[in-house]
Amino acid sequence: MRSVWALAATAALSLLAFSTATFAGEPKQGGILRVYHRDSPANASILEGATYSINVPFMGVFNNLVIYDQHIAQNSPDTLRPELAESWSWSSDNKKLTFKLRQGVKWHDGKPFTSADVKCTFDLLMGKAQQKLRQNPRKAWYNEVNDVTPNGDFEVSFDLKRPQPSLLAMLASGYTPIYPCHVSPADMRTHPIGTGPFKFVEFKANESIKLTRNPDYWRKGRPYLDGIEYTIITNRSTAILAFVAGKFDMTFPTHITIPLLKDIKSQAPNAVCVVEPTNVSTNIIVNSASPPFDNIDIRRAMALALDRKAFVDILFEGKADIGGTMLPPPQGIWGMPKDKLETIPGYGPDVNANREEAKKLMQKAGYGPDKHLAVKVSTRNLAEYRDPAVILIDQLKSIYIDGELDVVETANWFPKVARKDYMLGLNLTGNSVDDPDQSFYENYSCGSERNYTNYCNREIEKLFDAQSQEIDTNKRKQLVWDIDKKLQEDVARPIIFHARAGTCWQPYVKGITIMSNSSYNGFRYEDVWLDK
Amino acid sequence: MFAYLVRRLLLMLVTLFGISVVIFFLLRIVPGNIVDILFAAAGYVDPADKIDLEKQLGIDQPLVIQYLHWISGLLHGDLGYSYVSEKPALQEILPRIPITARLAGLALLFSASIGIPLGVISAVKQGTRLDYALRVVSLSGLSLPSFWLGLLILTAAVAMFGQIPIFNPNPATWLEAFATYAVPAAAVGFRSAALTMRITRSSMLEVLRQDYIRTARAKGASETAVNYQHALKNAILPVITVIGIEAAFLIGGLIVTETVFNIPGVARFLVEAIRWRDYPIVQNLVMLVAVVVVSANFIVDMLYAVFDPRIRYTD
Repeated sequence: MRSVWALAATAALSLLAFSTATFAGEPKQGGILRVYHRDSPANASILEGATYSINVPFMGVFNNLVIYDQHIAQNSPDTLRPELAESWSWSSDNKKLTFKLRQGVKWHDGKPFTSADVKCTFDLLMGKAQQKLRQNPRKAWYNEVNDVTPNGDFEVSFDLKRPQPSLLAMLASGYTPIYPCHVSPADMRTHPIGTGPFKFVEFKANESIKLTRNPDYWRKGRPYLDGIEYTIITNRSTAILAFVAGKFDMTFPTHITIPLLKDIKSQAPNAVCVVEPTNVSTNIIVNSASPPFDNIDIRRAMALALDRKAFVDILFEGKADIGGTMLPPPQGIWGMPKDKLETIPGYGPDVNANREEAKKLMQKAGYGPDKHLAVKVSTRNLAEYRDPAVILIDQLKSIYIDGELDVVETANWFPKVARKDYMLGLNLTGNSVDDPDQSFYENYSCGSERNYTNYCNREIEKLFDAQSQEIDTNKRKQLVWDIDKKLQEDVARPIIFHARAGTCWQPYVKGITIMSNSSYNGFRYEDVWLDK
Repeated sequence: MFAYLVRRLLLMLVTLFGISVVIFFLLRIVPGNIVDILFAAAGYVDPADKIDLEKQLGIDQPLVIQYLHWISGLLHGDLGYSYVSEKPALQEILPRIPITARLAGLALLFSASIGIPLGVISAVKQGTRLDYALRVVSLSGLSLPSFWLGLLILTAAVAMFGQIPIFNPNPATWLEAFATYAVPAAAVGFRSAALTMRITRSSMLEVLRQDYIRTARAKGASETAVNYQHALKNAILPVITVIGIEAAFLIGGLIVTETVFNIPGVARFLVEAIRWRDYPIVQNLVMLVAVVVVSANFIVDMLYAVFDPRIRYTD
């Protein structure tokens, strides 16, 4: 009899343990997610923004036609999911992309969402609308789109000039929310209206951004959170201390540098921290329009002199990536494999051999131990720009180049670069979508506004179009690798490294996924919940 | 005295006019405007969009017209619109003023209430261990930058109590309200307290050597009466001057302190506005600071007359 009781007690305890385990893992409704924000964004309009200071807090207000799966860290064509579109299909010639839209979706002010809103949004982005965006940094993403046509209230087609499979990648970016027709672009800057899981409450510049749960969200049972509060704290030390003291549930995404991560883990050992690439490359822009860098030998010598591993070791304690234009694998989808990368001059592991070759090129150009080349290395007055610039100057010494740091205020940086008033520049390039179309056309295409160095190679331009139209992903990858290799060999914009950064949250925050190949596409937060 | 007052007020108006001209034109000399900054942040430039935006904001007009537009608006109580938030500048500035005013007021109170008594004690106990200790405190106050002191306080608060005194706009308890203002006020006021202490000490030492102090003692006045009634009353004038000047210079310390303690006051807001070249905010805020500084000087001048009957300004 005693054994029967013991068996029953064991069974009851097991059941209890099982139930507790189940309940502990089940999402709970409620609570405000408290996050600090690194700075005060200019406004709340994602379409006009070019920094994730805007799309981190406001991405949850909106929906896209399609979105990258918010629970899979790597954005890829395989992780595209429908959102305001229920499905999509390509025409047989791959020149028409049709979306069937979700019905019954309402804007936060109660008005119904229809295909007209999709047309309005893309007319704005393509510069066809009567009203204009104050800024339109991603207009080039839609260069291949002829028109966006509604077919009834719940279907819309994108007519393309030529096949462009990666259009879907652009549409899935956090930078491509659908805006309502009935709200002006100016109002969207101060009081954004979306269809997303969170409604905008208020934005006090330099103070806070508040969002509240959208009770009429089309995805029933979501979001779990009652709201999200961003407190703007521009001083990084204060912000991190406040996180350690428990004032915040989460740090601003990718705001923690590798050296600071140790401090956080020592003061808040329970914090969950992840380190991921930000898909921001640190690179050199070269003014090849005027001496001395109009000489290809000097440009190549400079590229050969780089010791990329030293940059990574000093600035990131070894935790950053070396690659070409595209983010290197395994996090990057399109980056060159290591063996191909190491065939590019300057990427070989023997730095001394590379530098000997560089010295020969410098001597050919008329420089040597007795005649050094004096250059100015211009960069922005921010630590993430200044620090690598100092290392670059130190490395250039090894090949008879004496660099002088020229620190430029943000307001003057772009005009200075645009009027080619620099020799060398230490630059950061952020890629909002890990896709070659975004990177190549924005940064390297002839005449592109973001092609700071005016690099223009008609042969490569043809290859840009070839990879862009290629439907077969494997074939496209081979083309992309070849292009990337050529860009490095041409010293178009030598890539030094791809940065990584940390994000931390308290252990009771569940459902957070930090994207591993984009800093821009993972902040919908409708599945995030607080286990407390 | 009345004529002096009127003359002083007129001089204030002329000074403020001069400052408005300097602020306006200096701000325009600084390279870049908000349009440049917005497009720099976006990483591209579209010349047509740029021209449109400059037109929308009115910064395409001649500078003199822009200046007259600002001044006439100011006289009518219209401060214009923030270029960044697109809200009325007054609506942006007004709620932030009481926050900084409270912080500055508390810092000055801290400075006077700590600096003057400790300065007196230091002078009266000249050459003693207490004097040396107070002089070390005063020297450290002058040497420690307020941002460093602020971060030290925050780090200590987290390490010792697991708490951080970050600005809370709606404090639930008195303790929270106290932590909201008192700690940052102490961080920014420590330097002024140290300066006040030093000036009070040296001024007191000078006065304590005067004949009339010896006479007071000879007449049998108590040490407290000698120190506070006879000596301090005469030694206080340079101290008032220093506190007045400190009130003007406090804005520099407040910028840093508001950033470290994350206080949404006008000082930090001013720096952000300068970063964006948000002219309507910057020029109105700097004008406000100018009014505070000029008024502080005016008040110091008036206090001179009150504290020292020999200084009664006549025609």
